[in-house]
Amino acid sequence: MKDRACIVGVGTTRFAKRGELFDENPIDQVRTALDMALAEAGLSRRDVDGFATYSVEKLDPSTLAPALGIPAVNYSSMVHGGGGGGTCGAVANAAAAVIARQADVVMVYKFITQPPHARFGAAYGSAQVAADPLSDFHRPFGLISPAQFFSLLFRRHMHRYGTTPLHLAEVAVSTRRHAMRNPSALKRDPLTVAQHQSARMIADPFRLFDCCQETDGGAVILVTSAERARDLRQQPVYIMAGAMGGDSLWGQGLTSQNQPEDLYVSAGHAHMAKRLYAQAGITPDDVDVALLYDHFTGMVILQLEDYGFCERGEGGDFVASGAIRWPDGRLPVNTHGGNLSEVYLLGLTHVIEAVRQLRGESTAQVADAEIALVTAGPSNLPSSSMLLRR
Amino acid sequence: MLASLAALAPDPTTAPFWDACRRRELRLQRCADCSTFRQPPSPGCPRCGSARSDWPLLSGRGTVFSYTIVHHAAVPPLAGDVPYNVVVVELDDAPGARLISNVLDAEPSDVTVGMRVEIAWDEVRPDVVLPRFRRAGRG
Repeated sequence: MKDRACIVGVGTTRFAKRGELFDENPIDQVRTALDMALAEAGLSRRDVDGFATYSVEKLDPSTLAPALGIPAVNYSSMVHGGGGGGTCGAVANAAAAVIARQADVVMVYKFITQPPHARFGAAYGSAQVAADPLSDFHRPFGLISPAQFFSLLFRRHMHRYGTTPLHLAEVAVSTRRHAMRNPSALKRDPLTVAQHQSARMIADPFRLFDCCQETDGGAVILVTSAERARDLRQQPVYIMAGAMGGDSLWGQGLTSQNQPEDLYVSAGHAHMAKRLYAQAGITPDDVDVALLYDHFTGMVILQLEDYGFCERGEGGDFVASGAIRWPDGRLPVNTHGGNLSEVYLLGLTHVIEAVRQLRGESTAQVADAEIALVTAGPSNLPSSSMLLRR
Repeated sequence: MLASLAALAPDPTTAPFWDACRRRELRLQRCADCSTFRQPPSPGCPRCGSARSDWPLLSGRGTVFSYTIVHHAAVPPLAGDVPYNVVVVELDDAPGARLISNVLDAEPSDVTVGMRVEIAWDEVRPDVVLPRFRRAGRG
């Protein structure tokens, strides 16, 4: 796959608080994001012939293609899983499709709007309230929301390695500082360590600012072959490597809490990290900027370890050193403000920020950024991640 | 506690666990070929792939591997339950398997990683007996 497919355009709807876009026509939202991406690339809707998505996306090509004036569909796929684990997998599917010449231009897309009364976390919880053979082993004990599941993994990391809530605060505060530079970010008020530490507890050790926002919006990312990309308007961003899956003993570990301890104190991405670096022929030292899926602050720390930016157990000290802060940190992380402070679109905005960094367009631009790591949401299998270069 | 969540929907794979609970017996699924415990129950052993399993009786004693204290009620029916603890328990005689549960009669500050616990059967409904825990060595 290395460098044979490119991202040539990105587009989004406006970002809005949860519920604000619920009444807007979803096709109109896709058209808005798609046309922005097409304009970047210098392509038209008639050039699009493939669809790649994830997370049980309801909008499928049977409605999208005719409504958008896309003449024919040559490729369509969806990654398994209901959270944000499939983001990079969907991009990798698109890359594989254009490399195999099944399609010419694939739109990777995801739209998330929610009724004002039903938060994702609560909706997830409500779904869990219905008895079901697998959830019977956690639901009756009050373990029903993502924050609760992830808090258990992080608690064990704290116990084993001495990681602390102040390390969580550093992730929340540094991410907010990045968001304050980004006019599109929804959370731009200053956030201090003291505010983080005094915010209400959600699921100990996670407090309010350890949990990402829930928002409305959507995004489109256009993928085509490297040959085609050279003739387009935008500087291409090359897909160096893509990984989708994980260690099978991770399995349903998030909800079952049954993975072996070395996996339990991780984000479940170490298996994919090895594959990414091998495919791309690089090491963690070569990564200039990392866009790490931040549904919860603690999972950023665990991913830093999974991807080899520090040793297992040293993620807390790594962030405390200022390493993830733009501009002076060794590895600026989530320079757009992430799910925590920019917007929560199930990970596509992390891909978009990587593209902007590699084009030199970020509002927290890493000097001379050449290689970006993007991860999708740690969750039950499969999750995914990828390396991009300019 | 958490009475609004007490309904169960066993299937043929999970029924042996819940049937044993109704008899106040803690039985976990173990691979009949490689002897690896697995929890939740599943139709195949993740270590060796065998479909054969047995359900040995366990002592019900274990150690808290991880825990959280839930302060935010994820769904409205739990508003009266918070704060409550959720623990992940490693069982003394089922290495590698963990149970998700709660420690009864414990203040949030009582719960720690490494805390010793023992089974405390909780009959939440006549047909639903849940394996919860209490601190080991206490009433």
